[in-house]
Amino acid sequence: MSKAQAGSLHPGLNLGEEHGDDHLEAETSVFGFWVFMMSDLVTFGMFFIIFASSAHALAGGPGPKELFDLGSVAWQTGFLLVSSLTSGMAVLSLKQDHADERGSRKRLVFWLVITILLGCGFLYHEIADFVSMAAAGGGPTRSGYLTALWSLVGLHGFHVSCGILWCIVIIAGVLFQGVNRDWKLTILRWAVFWHFLDVVWIAIFSFVFLGGLI
Amino acid sequence: MVDPLFGKLSWDSIILVQEIENPNLNLLITSGAAVMIPVGGVLLIALLWWLNWWKPLLGWLTSVDHKKIGAMYIIFAVVMLFRGVVEGTLMRVHQATALNGGFLSSDHFNQLFTTHGTNMIFFVAMPFLIGLINIVVPLQIGARDVAFPRLNQISLGLTGAGGFLITISLLIGEFATGGWTGYPSYNGKLINPGVGPDYWLISLGISGIGSTLTGVNFAVTIYKMRAKGMTFMRMPLFTWTALCTSILLIFAMPPLTACCVMLGLDRYLDFHFFTNDMGGNLMNFINLFWMFGHPEVYILILPAFGVMSEISPTFSAKRLYGYTGLVAATMCIAVVSFMVWLHHFFTMGQSATVNAAFGIATLLIGIPTGVKVYDWLATLWGGRIRFTTPMIYLIGFFFLFVIGGLSGVILANPTLDYQLHNSLFLVAHFHNVIIPGVLFGILAGIHYWFPKVFGFRLMESYGKITAVCWIIGFCLTFLPLYPLGMMGMTRRTVDYSDPAYVPLMMVSGAGALFLSLAFTFIVILFWRSIVNRKKLAIPMGDPWDGRTLEWWTPSPAPDWNFAILPEVHSRDPFTEAKKDGTAYQPIEKYEDIELPSTTYYGLIIGVLGCGLGFGLVWYIWWMALASFLGCVVTAMVYGFLPKKEIVIPAEEVRKVDEAWRAEARESQGVTRDDESTEANKGLARPDALPAV
Repeated sequence: MSKAQAGSLHPGLNLGEEHGDDHLEAETSVFGFWVFMMSDLVTFGMFFIIFASSAHALAGGPGPKELFDLGSVAWQTGFLLVSSLTSGMAVLSLKQDHADERGSRKRLVFWLVITILLGCGFLYHEIADFVSMAAAGGGPTRSGYLTALWSLVGLHGFHVSCGILWCIVIIAGVLFQGVNRDWKLTILRWAVFWHFLDVVWIAIFSFVFLGGLI
Repeated sequence: MVDPLFGKLSWDSIILVQEIENPNLNLLITSGAAVMIPVGGVLLIALLWWLNWWKPLLGWLTSVDHKKIGAMYIIFAVVMLFRGVVEGTLMRVHQATALNGGFLSSDHFNQLFTTHGTNMIFFVAMPFLIGLINIVVPLQIGARDVAFPRLNQISLGLTGAGGFLITISLLIGEFATGGWTGYPSYNGKLINPGVGPDYWLISLGISGIGSTLTGVNFAVTIYKMRAKGMTFMRMPLFTWTALCTSILLIFAMPPLTACCVMLGLDRYLDFHFFTNDMGGNLMNFINLFWMFGHPEVYILILPAFGVMSEISPTFSAKRLYGYTGLVAATMCIAVVSFMVWLHHFFTMGQSATVNAAFGIATLLIGIPTGVKVYDWLATLWGGRIRFTTPMIYLIGFFFLFVIGGLSGVILANPTLDYQLHNSLFLVAHFHNVIIPGVLFGILAGIHYWFPKVFGFRLMESYGKITAVCWIIGFCLTFLPLYPLGMMGMTRRTVDYSDPAYVPLMMVSGAGALFLSLAFTFIVILFWRSIVNRKKLAIPMGDPWDGRTLEWWTPSPAPDWNFAILPEVHSRDPFTEAKKDGTAYQPIEKYEDIELPSTTYYGLIIGVLGCGLGFGLVWYIWWMALASFLGCVVTAMVYGFLPKKEIVIPAEEVRKVDEAWRAEARESQGVTRDDESTEANKGLARPDALPAV
């Protein structure tokens, strides 16, 4: 096997050979998670299809122009995109500081905490949007359109919440058990998950919010 | 108003109580079946107590060994098959007597065809196939285990939880009445507020997640864990079909999960995905369901094709004909299976162009399937054929599956479909592909690989009787449904007024009794084989002169599968090794083997899955919430527990492996003529008369 191939065992950022066996172990584990993400992408795809087919099923209820606050959506997009960057920084510090057990955990934990805070900022605005939509008569039981909207955006929000919870568990694990092989692989998989949520959000932002207002 | 402690559950929900308070025949039948659950449970516990098998049972339930997990899937499927066969027989006997009203009430009959379909697809066919894949794939690719052994246990737990829900619905409450496809708006809250549709959608949702995870697990196992030298085009055909099935599971299960979640939101929270009013669209459900449902058909049939591709070369002592063609055909079927879902509702009002496109796509699937049948026939040509039980299934498959496929080609034509849809012709068609295709494949596969897991063969005598019973039973039961369908009899009919249907219905009812007999013979087959296990033992591991890696290890296969991981240089590595005499030569160096240790993870998730489902069905919110949080906490706790490994010292491996190799070198072996006799101890002697 050539050096270049050996350097990249799975799609995305690899730990690198200086991590020894941890790098090799990541191959199956992270590849498996990519496959799972493909399956999850199909799930999102199904909710997108339903949303597309329900885009005009207002049933006399409020539509995008009455309900959307593009300012808030812009904040959510900003928070999530920056959090993707900071999660990338966390994985970079994992790669660079933790090739052996001695590295300091400060940088890694710092970036993970920042990512969580940004994720919470996203969720805060999303929930505030949901509350104001419900107050304006746009709850999920009002029409087929709103059902599809709440479910699609809510499914994404549920994923973000899971990602935040997962990240909290990772921080606890790293602090109590050190950056061992299990937590390294967990961080790599969590990072795939977090970036994936960003990709899905861009689709939601474009089709649901921008598409709705144009 | 629901009770905070018991939700909608009350004494009257229990079928047995209903029977006592308000006795009638339908309830008597239902409660007869329902009473089997507690009685069966008590008998099982008494048996375990008497044999003192608690420890081994726990050992199995906490094991992450792919062979044991596979065997548990198959045992689960056999238990569920019992219910499915009884229900099917009951329906056929009812319809045979249903001229101007039979003995079952329409509601009872509706529940019967719903549970029969749901049960047979999700809790019989799927576990059977996933069980076979579990047992065979790691052995065939020369691996010690699957990629994610703990995840594999969780998949089993979730499948078990789904099975628990559909089974408990027999005793407590009722099951859905809307058919296994569960279409709204009939299954919506407005028309059907009871617990039946909830049982349906939650048992499917929970077991569906398990199946998705299985797909991920086996795709990764096959991509990443093949033995050195096993390129894709050297993989055994069964592994190829397992790979395609895994890919289908990954892409086809999410639509099912999505439509279960959406229907659940409609029913529990008054959403409007599939309602008739407020902008809901029930066609969305039907599209989503069949986006899952059609690939599902190929999820079921592809591994059965894989079994046929393994037994035809083995039992004709030839290499498989047209390997490349079979691989290409498998891939074609997998891809095209995603492009035909609309043929399940040609009559629902889309344009003729759309119907034509999907009709043509459906017809196209017949081509790769035809290629396969010719390849298997050509494999047999000039071979040294033995009429073992799997071969009898193969012959039944050849004749009957082709008929089923051709009736599918008829139905693929939208204009003809307008005449035949929702008639018994359709029922005949899909039973005709599922029984001779999927079920015969599974049973042949169980006969073929059973010795690898348990170390002894199944008896040929009872095996052949069982196979013949299935073939005759199938022909009598389902072939008459073709003419009945063309005479205009619709499916899911509780009674009819045309006496012309009666003669053929009587034949069909008699055939169903034959199928019950076939199931009885399966039980006898297992029982007699277990009793005679010493005579049937094949410790050397290669009873049929196998060609692929799984036969190159003792039977039962040790926990570590292979003492040293094999290296592969051709498609039939074991045949090559036997030819140049290297198969059983001693090995110089053994190494310590690491295996994942037992874990309660899957068992806990399975039990919590039961609690979550039951709580949701009966609106017992505390139970549902506690189970859900329990799952989350379990996942977190397991994240912190160290991943324990058992290390098997090289010396122990050496002892077992050297004894096996020495025995095989010294043994005479049997020729293919004596393969089915007690002389077969699992070592194949080369044939005096080689195949062409």
